[in-house]
Formats: sequence, structure tokens, C-alpha cells
Amino acid sequence: MSLVRSHVLICAGTGCTSSGSISIHEKFEECIKKFGIDKEIKIVKTGCFGLCEAGPIVVVYPEGAFYSHVKVTDIERITEEHLLKGRIVKDLLYKHAIEGGVIKSVNEVNFYKKQKRIVLKNCGVINPEVIEEYIAFDGYKALGQVLTEMSKQDVIDEIKKSGLRGRGGGGFPTGLKWQFTHDAIGDMKYVACNADEGDPGAFMDRSVLEGDPHTIIESMAIAGYAIGASQGFIYVRAEYPIAVDRLEIAIKQAKDMGLIGDNIFGTDFCFNLEIRLGAGAFVCGEETALIESIEGRRGMPRPRPPFPANKGIFQMPTLLNNVETYANITQIILKGADWFRSIGTEKSPGTKVFALGGKINNTGLVEIPMGTTLREVIYDIGGGIPDGKKFKAVQTGGPSGGCLTAGHLDEVITYDNLVRLGSMMGSGGMIVLDEDNCMVDVARFFLDFTVEESCGKCTPCREGTKRMLEMLNKICEGKGEIEDLDRLENLAENIKDSSLCGLGQTAPNPVLSTMSNFRHEYIAHIEDKKCEAGVCKSLLKVIITDKCIGCTVCTKVCPVDCISGNRKEKHVIDQSACIKCGACIEKCPVNAIILK
Amino acid sequence: MMSLDELAEIRESAMKKMSTRNSNKKVRIVVGMATCGISAGARPVLNALVEEVNKRELVDVEVTQTGCIGICRLEPIFEVYQNGEKVTYVDMNAKKAKEVIVNHIVNGNIIEKYTIGAYEK
Repeated sequence: MSLVRSHVLICAGTGCTSSGSISIHEKFEECIKKFGIDKEIKIVKTGCFGLCEAGPIVVVYPEGAFYSHVKVTDIERITEEHLLKGRIVKDLLYKHAIEGGVIKSVNEVNFYKKQKRIVLKNCGVINPEVIEEYIAFDGYKALGQVLTEMSKQDVIDEIKKSGLRGRGGGGFPTGLKWQFTHDAIGDMKYVACNADEGDPGAFMDRSVLEGDPHTIIESMAIAGYAIGASQGFIYVRAEYPIAVDRLEIAIKQAKDMGLIGDNIFGTDFCFNLEIRLGAGAFVCGEETALIESIEGRRGMPRPRPPFPANKGIFQMPTLLNNVETYANITQIILKGADWFRSIGTEKSPGTKVFALGGKINNTGLVEIPMGTTLREVIYDIGGGIPDGKKFKAVQTGGPSGGCLTAGHLDEVITYDNLVRLGSMMGSGGMIVLDEDNCMVDVARFFLDFTVEESCGKCTPCREGTKRMLEMLNKICEGKGEIEDLDRLENLAENIKDSSLCGLGQTAPNPVLSTMSNFRHEYIAHIEDKKCEAGVCKSLLKVIITDKCIGCTVCTKVCPVDCISGNRKEKHVIDQSACIKCGACIEKCPVNAIILK
Repeated sequence: MMSLDELAEIRESAMKKMSTRNSNKKVRIVVGMATCGISAGARPVLNALVEEVNKRELVDVEVTQTGCIGICRLEPIFEVYQNGEKVTYVDMNAKKAKEVIVNHIVNGNIIEKYTIGAYEK
């Protein structure tokens, strides 16, 4: 019998790995050996805890002590004080894990308290590289149940009844998709998982793959059984090396144990899985382009219909779901459709994972029941805006979504409500913007992204988005005309109506939504030639204020010699020559030079 | 090939190994592990407690450590928290600790003679 009395969980997700959790792991192993407690303490590498802002994260059980921003130099102290002597090192705890001298365990911290974890339930709890830990939390139980007790139609009916909708962004009812693929006729059928997560700022799929890869394998096997497929593909981007690694390990373990492969659980169901790596094209997240890419061709969309359910991979019926969608399946089978329906809202049951980013205190991954308000997510879980700045907007849905304003904060998050407000769920990126963000610039940023990523197959997307970007650039440079707004709107509608795939059809959304919610900013850029947020450089002037003491430092540092003035007198800048490099602002000893 | 029973077996044994990762258990046993406690022999006591809890598969019992409890002369000390009440055992050793698990935790009979109240008299 093992004598392990304490587990030290170290986050080994991408976020914490990049801030050094690997060396923290090594140091812990070294330290517990040094203190002779390596038989009593178990060090576990686990998946993303979600609160990436506080990384690298270490949680020590049984206390659930939550250490944040851990450095290698802290390890010896934690080992000696906490693990050896049992005194939690209070000053190294996450700042909200200690209140009024009382230490809270990781689950009691506000960030986690309001969350409901279904998709992320194992992330930050199990070691993703050890299949037994997944099995301990009912892993592969759902697959066993499905294969031995349920008919194909039973499984599909249960998913239909649950009301689960596609978490990749579209929100299409998952059960219907399964039914269509089941009903389609073909010599072969395939199951595929879309793990080509490309939205800037979204990383929930990566975290699931890294923290709980077996749940995807199990759910895909269930899907394979339901629709009658024996081969699955996981299409994952090559930029996610840790996720790919863990998936490979997980697939091998599942094969070795006979949990995938031939005659699973003694039935005649066989299922094999292969990984396909994407080369980082955003358009390959679009289902038909992804299928082209799996087939070995250039990732470009093809017209729909026929839909993948009828003609997908190699022209065979194919079921394609997103990572997060699959991550719900095992839970729905185990706990039932009614349980799932009890969470969230009538038309959007369940939870959604959001990647909180931008101007927010608790950057990270949060999973909330549908129907939560934006305010709860941003203020109660996200901890609000840093540095006392004012909230301006929240961008949801990435390059396909839109911006919502302060007036929308009390709106609830559901598929339909977000669309009604002019944005969308998308894959779940949620970028918070404050008063220092220029909305024209934000729209330009996203459009710039889609222009880069447009595959070029259809004209509206290839040419249209480019023209829109040019107009936005013009506005940001102060050369815009008021007619440009109509032109933008007109073109945007045309692109939406005539593009081949989702990328083009949604590309104008960030522009349209900022134009409707923040029109005054566009007008200020065009008519007053002003950028209130101070982002659009061309509209700003470097000005020397009356604080100037005439020290002449700025004249020496200016690379284009456009500052003049006598010693001990106020200097002036020749605006026609100034290149706004900001060198003078940095060097001014009395902060007399400002950008306005 | 794996059968459903084999899967259940793996689940059972893996679950036991991971029960440490649950910070909401019904019974908490807290061992004083400051310098005073360690020098008086708290480590063997702690290990004995963990061993006994694992052996008897007491999944709802958490064994954890704390700093100096304050009465160093009575170390090794551990406290049992259950239903909002606290029982303090003093002058412990590995053998006594196992007795406490059997009598107090499993059977619900507090061993009065080992508690701080009895010792003080």
C-alpha cells in the first residue's frame, strides 16, 4: 500500500509551460528527494487550471493550497515549509486564496466558484499522460455503457434530447448532425474532430487536448459507434506541440489497453484513430477546407451542399465535431440528457468555455453555464478591468464575431442572444477592451487577420475584404471620407451574401458591429481627425506643453531634428517633419512632451 | 482486449490512489509538524495515520499537517476535526495513532485517555 499523503499538482499546459513549469517540476522532484520525503509526496503533471494569468500554478492536496506565479527559487521553501513541516507558505499563495488570514482551498476561490466545469472537469485534476487517472474519474465507462447497453439510435436520441449544440461556433444541434450522418449511405463512414483552433485568443480546445485527451478519444469512439464509422481523424494544428504529444500518448495507451482498436469490450465494434496535423491555416477550421486538408489537398473550402454528413472525407459520410462538443458527450451519456438540460438555458443547454483575454485581471479559461451574464463573467470571474480603467467593449466570437458595449453587460450569454446583439458565440474567445482601445483599430486588427487568412478561392472574400481593409486604413490615417462608411457597409453586406465559406461570410462582422455600436468613433476619425483612445498614430500629434523647462535634451535626441527652441525657453515641434517616434517623450526629464 | 469488469477494477484501484485530491472530506486529521513536532516524532505518526487510512480505505478522511499547535511539550500532537468538533490527541506515537484510527475514526469511540483533557489531569 502506498504511503502517499500529499499530491503536488503542477500545471503542464501551454501557458504554464511557457512560463517555466517544466523546471519547477524538476526542482520539486529534486527537493523532495533532498528532504527524504519522495516516498510520501507525489508530484503530478496536470492540465490547464484555467487561471493562466496566475501561472505557473501549483496546487498541493489534500489542503488544496493554491500557489500562483511560482518560481523555481520558491520550490525549496514550499517543500521545506509546506510539504515537510505542514505550514502553508502564505505569501506565495494566489492573492485571492487568502482572505483575512483565512486560507481558501482552490475550489473556494471566486474565479472557480462561479464556474461550472463539465468540459474542463478533469483539467487541472488528472495527469493527462496516465490513462488510469482518467479511468478513475469514470473514464471509458460511457463507452462501455454505449457498446453494451445502447443501440445506435439510443445514443443519437440521447444526444438529440440533450439539446447539445456545436461548440465550434455554429451552434448546430449536434444530435441532428449525428442523425444525418447515421442516415447517410456510404461504403465507409468517418468521424473527425476539428481541433484546428485558429481564433486569435481562443485556446480552450488546446487546453482540453492537453489536460484531458482521453475524453476526446472516448467521445469519438462513441460517435463512431452511433453513426457506424470505424475510423476517426483528429485534425489538430501543428502549432500545438504539447497537445499533439499528449494525444499521441493517449491514443497509444488506449490502444494498448484495448479501449480502441478491434472488438472493443468484446463487442464487434472496431474503432481506430489517427492524428492529422494542420499547417496553421485559419481557413482549415472551416469544415470543408479541413476535409480537403485531411485528404491531402490544399486546404480550401468546397461548396455546400453536399454537406460532410453526406459527402465528407474521401466523399464518404463524415461526422465532424469540435473538440469542446466532443468533451460534453461522455458526460451526457453518463449523467443523462435531463441532467445536461438542467444546466444552461432552454435553447442553449450546458456550459461554454471562454478564453478571457485583453484588458482583464484574470486572464484565462472559464467555463460557465449558458445564460450567465457578460457582467458576471467579466467582473465576478474575470475580476474586472486592471488599473481602474473604464470598460469599453467586449469582443466575442473572434474574427467572425462582434463587439458588445457597456450597455450589453447585463445580457445573457446564449447562442441566440449573442447573435441578436450583433455578435456571436464563435469558438469562445472573449476579449475585453478598455478606454485605451480604439474601436476602428480593433475592427482593422480583425479584418487584417481575415485578409491574411483568406484562402483566395472566391472573389468576394479575396478581393472584398482587402478593399474593406484599405478603407479602414484610410480612416485610421485620417484620410477617410464620410462616404466611406456607406461604402464599407455596402461592401460588407455583399461579402457576407456571396462568399463561399464561413470565413468570408463572417469576416465583415467586426467592422459592422463596431460601426453600429461605436459609430461616433468612426465619425471622430473621419471628421475631427481624432482618435480618442490615442491608438491611431497618424491622428496624433506630439506636443510640448508649458511644463517645458528648455533643457534641450529633446532637441538632441530627435532623429529628424524637428524640435527647436532656445535654452530655458519652451521648445516647439515642427509637426510637418515629426515622425512621432516618441524618443523625445521618453527622454524628457519633466514629462512635458505628450502624444495627443 | 478489455472487459467491462477489468475497466471497473482499474477504476477502483486508481480512485483510491487519487482520493488525496479532494479537499472536501468529512474528517480531517491535522498533525502538528513544526520543529517541535518533528523532533518529538511527528513524522512516524503522520506516516502511520496515512498508512492506516489507506489500508482501511477511509475515503472520507483527510490527513494533513499544520504548524506548531502551541503546547510543544505534549508533542507529537494531532487533532481530529469531525462534524464541527475537535478532539486533540497528545503524546502520540505510531502505535497509538493506529489505535485512534481504529477506535475513534472507524468505530466512533474517542480514546479519552490519549486526549489532552485526560493528560492534563
